[in-house]
Amino acid sequence: MARVLVGVKRVIDYAVKVRVKPDKTGVVTQGVKHSMNPFDEIAVEEAVKLKEKKLATEVIAVSVGPTQSQEVIRTALAMGADRGVHVEIPAAEYELLQPIHVSKILAKLALDEKADLVILGKQAIDDDANQTAQMTAAVLDWPQGTFCNKIEKTDAGLTITREIDGGLETIKTKTPAVLSADLRLNTPRYATLPNIMKAKKKPLKKVTAKDLGVDTSPRIEVVSVEDPPVRQAGATVADVDALVAKLKEGGHI
Amino acid sequence: MWRNTILSSSSKLVAVSGSAATSCRRLAVATPRLASSQQEKSKSTENESFMANIFRGSLVANQVFPYPDVLTTDQKELTNSLVDPFERFFAEVNDAARNDANSKLDDTTAEALWELGAFGIQVPSDYGGLGLNNTQYGRLCTIVGANDLGLGITIGAHQSIGFKGILLYGTPEQKQKYLPKVSTEKVYAAFALTEPSSGSDAGSIRCRAVKSADQKHYVLNGSKIWISNGGIAEIMTVFAQTEQVDPKTGEKRDKVTAFIVERSFGGVTNGPPEKKMGIKSSNTAEVYFEDVKIPIENVLGKEGDGFKVAMNILNNGRFGMGATLSGTMKKCIELATAHANNRVQFGHKLKTYGSIQEKLAQMSILQYATESMAFTISQNMDAGSKDYHLEAAISKIYASECAWYVCDEAIQILGGMGYMVDTGLERVLRDLRIFRIFEGTNDILRLFIALTGIQYAGSHLKELQRAFKNPAANLGLIFKEASKRAASTVGLGGTDLSGHVVDELQPYAKKTAHCIDLFGQSVEELLLRYNKNIVHEQYLLTRLANAAIDIYSMVVTQSRSSRAVKLNLPTAQHEIDLTKALTIQASERVIKNLQAATSRSSKALNDKMSEIALNILEKDGVNTTGVLDQN
Repeated sequence: MARVLVGVKRVIDYAVKVRVKPDKTGVVTQGVKHSMNPFDEIAVEEAVKLKEKKLATEVIAVSVGPTQSQEVIRTALAMGADRGVHVEIPAAEYELLQPIHVSKILAKLALDEKADLVILGKQAIDDDANQTAQMTAAVLDWPQGTFCNKIEKTDAGLTITREIDGGLETIKTKTPAVLSADLRLNTPRYATLPNIMKAKKKPLKKVTAKDLGVDTSPRIEVVSVEDPPVRQAGATVADVDALVAKLKEGGHI
Repeated sequence: MWRNTILSSSSKLVAVSGSAATSCRRLAVATPRLASSQQEKSKSTENESFMANIFRGSLVANQVFPYPDVLTTDQKELTNSLVDPFERFFAEVNDAARNDANSKLDDTTAEALWELGAFGIQVPSDYGGLGLNNTQYGRLCTIVGANDLGLGITIGAHQSIGFKGILLYGTPEQKQKYLPKVSTEKVYAAFALTEPSSGSDAGSIRCRAVKSADQKHYVLNGSKIWISNGGIAEIMTVFAQTEQVDPKTGEKRDKVTAFIVERSFGGVTNGPPEKKMGIKSSNTAEVYFEDVKIPIENVLGKEGDGFKVAMNILNNGRFGMGATLSGTMKKCIELATAHANNRVQFGHKLKTYGSIQEKLAQMSILQYATESMAFTISQNMDAGSKDYHLEAAISKIYASECAWYVCDEAIQILGGMGYMVDTGLERVLRDLRIFRIFEGTNDILRLFIALTGIQYAGSHLKELQRAFKNPAANLGLIFKEASKRAASTVGLGGTDLSGHVVDELQPYAKKTAHCIDLFGQSVEELLLRYNKNIVHEQYLLTRLANAAIDIYSMVVTQSRSSRAVKLNLPTAQHEIDLTKALTIQASERVIKNLQAATSRSSKALNDKMSEIALNILEKDGVNTTGVLDQN
């Protein structure tokens, strides 16, 4: 029986066309639809499944970010998490928050909450860092199982099938451990409306990074955020020879 | 333009479906009151309805200006959090094309819909529902409308009318007994009013319930047709004639009473599912009652008050159609723009062609107005207004006709592709057709709008006439009226909307104000000319109603786009443009319609139309000689 900590990040919805701010300091977030990072949804689903199989006793959803981050905690609660922790970071500071900060926060919470398992999405679809799970394991000095395709409980601990280049890898690990969820781990359920209503009554604790003793001062500076280069218009060539000549000319072959 | 197409067909529609029922009886009720309006006197000063008041030439703007904003931040957040799972249900579980092809919702889908909470959206949470208000419900309706109208009917017939009566009129015991069942226990509800011989004329129903000798129950006999969910409902709101004794005169009279009937009472059976043009996945069936014993505690509302109960249920649910169809229109516009953006003909994308652009713009204007109406009304209702019936009827007519137009034009833009089943628009068009027919046909609702408004104006006129009988005591009223009238006859315009809209819309608000002035004058003119006989002038009443509908569309869009500007929304300029275009179109139509309603010359045309119709009726069809026929 275990307590599971799940990380949930609020990101710009995957269906939104992201636009760069005119001053190039970041992307436009105001008035833009946000939702839970899809990989985090998979992590929540896995944690809730563990609880349904009686392999976990409690699921705690954690989000690190500005006030609006509570929205995704509510979603996690509606999906079946038992309680939430919101680590509030002021919006301005949040823009420069990095995996190194978040992993320290999660590690501290994992210890405070006496978690036996931390499940995170493998990466967030906004910054695509893919670092937080690994760093959290390092900070805690716990074993890690990243890119999980399957998580099975065994007497000794966990058997994990991982997605790796060109196939699957099976590893065994003891708990406590840090896991990261890959795309095919499960299909997350959607929160039903009655569960969203009930989630409003579930406890949500608010703390600050300072409360946890984590220094969140920025380690980086954003120089400029640029749109991807616009695709150049194509040209039609008369025949294959002309095509080959063009490709050679451009140094492509 | 879009409305003329529909008007010219001017077919006499018959009320269809379980949700069918209308206000015709109400119209009849309205008639005598035109003359004897004593009891209306106190009411006439309280009515907050914008539309009712313009019938008497006065401006009561608080329901439309500024654009209502009744949800708290918490309620807005909650609503937004419900949007995602609702959309995901339609994207991942539901398949509208499959439902249509199977003519039913499969069990997995229905199960998921119950789990989702979609059947008890407005039931208070104490009874297991979601406890949302009308505006929040409306937001969810837009998602249903965008995805599957057939499914929309299943859940709408259930909660918007099926058990709405219990919510509105139920005793605490009735609520406790039935609301948890219909919200969470997978028990379907239906609304049973329409009968074979009683469609639009809902007061003429023949189902009869007779009270037992011991006064402990009623015994119900009769049958209902076109009942949505009729084949699957366990709990029904049923309307039947009952004998009522007038407490004053002791006279016995038949009056309609509403009942909560459980299938388990025994004697309730139903016919096979009807085969329909659209909304196929919703169940529609005849329902038969044979010696059904209804316990007396299952009377809904007061005995003999059933007609009022029925009308209020329908009035209360009407706004939902506007919201639903605004979602449908949005989806149609998305499909059409996607096609116009990509399809190349004659070397250019369709989007570069004026004829396509005009269609898309028009579609978007109508969608904006429909949505603006629906959420004005839902928010008025949530703010506690009781005076929304005219507006609700207007929005039902407007939404159903605009949605038809928009879907039809979307198909036109997609060309042959639009005609193909796989594109999905033909299903939407079939599904949409019923919306102009059920829950009060648009034809009857037009008469309802005109006559309810006229009744209100008439009562006001009577008040004024009484004031003149004793001028000394009523000088204030008379002077006020005199100065208003003076202003409007000299052409200065009594109505002033300038304080309600942003600078950019001022010239447009002026056009609308002019329309409102003309409207009040026209009503007065018609009342003076026809007095209570106006009830029989359907040609004129319909035109008056059309003018009213156009005025409401101008007012709600001016209000909403002014709000957009004040909030500095990124879409504000576009919304202003939609409003400007709509105002130009609508104000021109208002002037035309009011001329048609009042001018002597149009009377000649109307008379001619009647003559033609009577001739055709006489001959049972077209009465011309074929070009190739021998004389």
